[in-house]
Amino acid sequence: MAAKADIIAQLQKEILLLQGFKPASNDVTDWVGLEQIRSAFPNSTFPKGAIHEFFCTGPETIAASTGFITCLLSSLLKLQGATIWISSTRIIFPPSLKAFGIDPEKVLFINVRREKDKLFAMEEALKCDSIAAVIGHIDAISFTESRRFQLAVEQSKVTGFLLRCNPKNLITSCVTRWQITPAPGKTEDNLPGLGFPTWFVQLLKVRNGKPGSWEMQWRSGKLLIVPEPIIRVEPLRKIV
Amino acid sequence: MEKRYVAIWFPYLATDWLELRKPELKNSAFVFSAPSHGRMVITAVNLHAQKLLINTGMVLADARAIYPALQYFDDRPGLTNKLLNKIAEWCIRFTPFVAIDTPDGIILDATGCSHLWGSEDAYVSDIINRLQSNGYQAKAAMAASIGAAWAIARFGSAPVVDKEKQVTALLSLPVEALRVEQSTVDRLHNLGLNLIKDVVPLPSTSLRRRFGALILQRLNQLLGKEQEFIQPITPIEPYQVRLPCLEPVARIEGIEMALQTLIEQLCGRMQKEGKGLRTAVFRGYRIDSHTVEISISTSRASCNVSHLFHLFQMKWSTFEPDLGIELFVLEATQVEDYTPAQEGFWKESAALNDAPIAELIDRLSGRIHPDAIQRYLPMEHYLPERSFKKAASLSEQPITEWKINKPRPVLLLEIPEQIEVTAPIPDYPPMNFRYKGKLHKVVKADGPERIEQEWWIEEGEHRDYYAVEDEQGCRYWLFRAGHYDQEKKTDWFMHGFFA
Repeated sequence: MAAKADIIAQLQKEILLLQGFKPASNDVTDWVGLEQIRSAFPNSTFPKGAIHEFFCTGPETIAASTGFITCLLSSLLKLQGATIWISSTRIIFPPSLKAFGIDPEKVLFINVRREKDKLFAMEEALKCDSIAAVIGHIDAISFTESRRFQLAVEQSKVTGFLLRCNPKNLITSCVTRWQITPAPGKTEDNLPGLGFPTWFVQLLKVRNGKPGSWEMQWRSGKLLIVPEPIIRVEPLRKIV
Repeated sequence: MEKRYVAIWFPYLATDWLELRKPELKNSAFVFSAPSHGRMVITAVNLHAQKLLINTGMVLADARAIYPALQYFDDRPGLTNKLLNKIAEWCIRFTPFVAIDTPDGIILDATGCSHLWGSEDAYVSDIINRLQSNGYQAKAAMAASIGAAWAIARFGSAPVVDKEKQVTALLSLPVEALRVEQSTVDRLHNLGLNLIKDVVPLPSTSLRRRFGALILQRLNQLLGKEQEFIQPITPIEPYQVRLPCLEPVARIEGIEMALQTLIEQLCGRMQKEGKGLRTAVFRGYRIDSHTVEISISTSRASCNVSHLFHLFQMKWSTFEPDLGIELFVLEATQVEDYTPAQEGFWKESAALNDAPIAELIDRLSGRIHPDAIQRYLPMEHYLPERSFKKAASLSEQPITEWKINKPRPVLLLEIPEQIEVTAPIPDYPPMNFRYKGKLHKVVKADGPERIEQEWWIEEGEHRDYYAVEDEQGCRYWLFRAGHYDQEKKTDWFMHGFFA
């Protein structure tokens, strides 16, 4: 039985290799605290050099996705260097990125209104291999355009993130699809205040992997999974 | 061959320049002045002012006491040098060897040039006439030595002096013509030596002992006994390459080939000189006597052939060959020093001013407006909209730290939006608020954090910021403008969204 499982695992790895998912040799991914998520990805590595799309519904979810992406870039992928951010207007507050471990002065913001220009800028940026990551707020994208991004990324090994607000077209060639919604922040011992940024992270689709959902938190410079709350039964105090 | 030199003297160089720019000054007396030792001292005067006995070196207040209607302007440092440089470059039409003689003259090595004008007189008068028609008053003289030409231009009468008559012409000039320091000239006058001919018969040993070695050298240079050298200017050749065609070119392949060859030529030259181009224009002269052109600009100096070619290629659609183009011209209009960077062994983290990123920005700004590409740097302000500024260039580094001691929202609205709020007074966070028609019930809150308006920049009310979380767990940044007031309604605003 064990031999059979081994053979299947071996064959699966070969198929992944043929599909272009290489096990990263110089992987610097820091999986501490995120072991549960690791198994969701093909070859147990976060697919770099690919396009990831994030579905949003409004400014709250855009903010949550932005926070999550910056956490991914700084802590999980350890991508330091130039980042390009494409959106319609200046909406990101640059000083806040520093709190998530990204140097705001290394980010180039491209603010263009027309969707066509955004697509052009994103494709050109994805083709440039000196860039760590490209993040684009592009709502309307067709399958062909997402395929073009994918082809650009396969050459340059740049990681791309697409933030799509209320998207109409759901068929794209992105490797993963996420939905990040803000979750009530947790404070230690129910102290007053907002607590650490917490999100409900849903991995809706991942090619050759297992989708899942987790509650995650950005805490003292690390992305962590929030453990299931242990319901402590308070001993009833007897009133004498 | 016998050496011939022309010295040109501009007695009113700076003032002539201003008269050209402001023609209404033409018939009035005006001066340039600069502060020196706590007073304004005249540095240049025009002809009308000089007629009123106003001279350089005078204090401006004294001059205005002589002539109260005197107009005066601030001195522009470096102006005369710049003008002399330009005029010297223009003078290359008369001889290939032109040198600047600061502060107010130009020396031409006219050996073997004057016969092209027919005679030496015609040569010198052409120089003077052309300069005067351009608005500059000039005196010029031709002689066999630089010193003699200099002296005759300033103190002599005849513009052309033959070698044989040179010594006699010089002897009657004043000692100022020797080109020595003013203090030496004063001492010569005190001793009663007013003319050159008084100085020449004196023994050289006593001259050296009393006035230093310079006066002997100047005397010998004046009389042509000692050779003097000039340092000719070399004007920068424009970064321009041309490609004439035997047959008019109308096909895209031909134009591309022409552009490729021209870029290779220009980049080859710039690479040798350590330069890179910032802006360039590619022109096509069509056979119907129209000109078509496309221009590009780069974000940092570049002489990368394929990159520049690609930038031009993005603008092909506006380049219409029509019936055909017979001459291609590529000109680099703005050129900067270019230092090729050392390639690293392995890429650590790409800096923003790396060549590939600069080239990416050039490609992007070919289609989208360059202002749309921004980079932000921290500023020392507490008000969130002033806490960052647009960076001027890719290599500009932050001068202060980014502040992260207080939580800040990831998304910040450019203009805060007014919201309706129910809040207990005076300083409690709201219990609920209505934003874009949706009611949010506040569950948790942090604050207030008071941020004052910077009164030296803008007047306004202070803001009390609260970070609040609603029932869904969405986090917002709200603020109240000013204190609660009995008379007027207090305004609340939505300013940002936390991650």
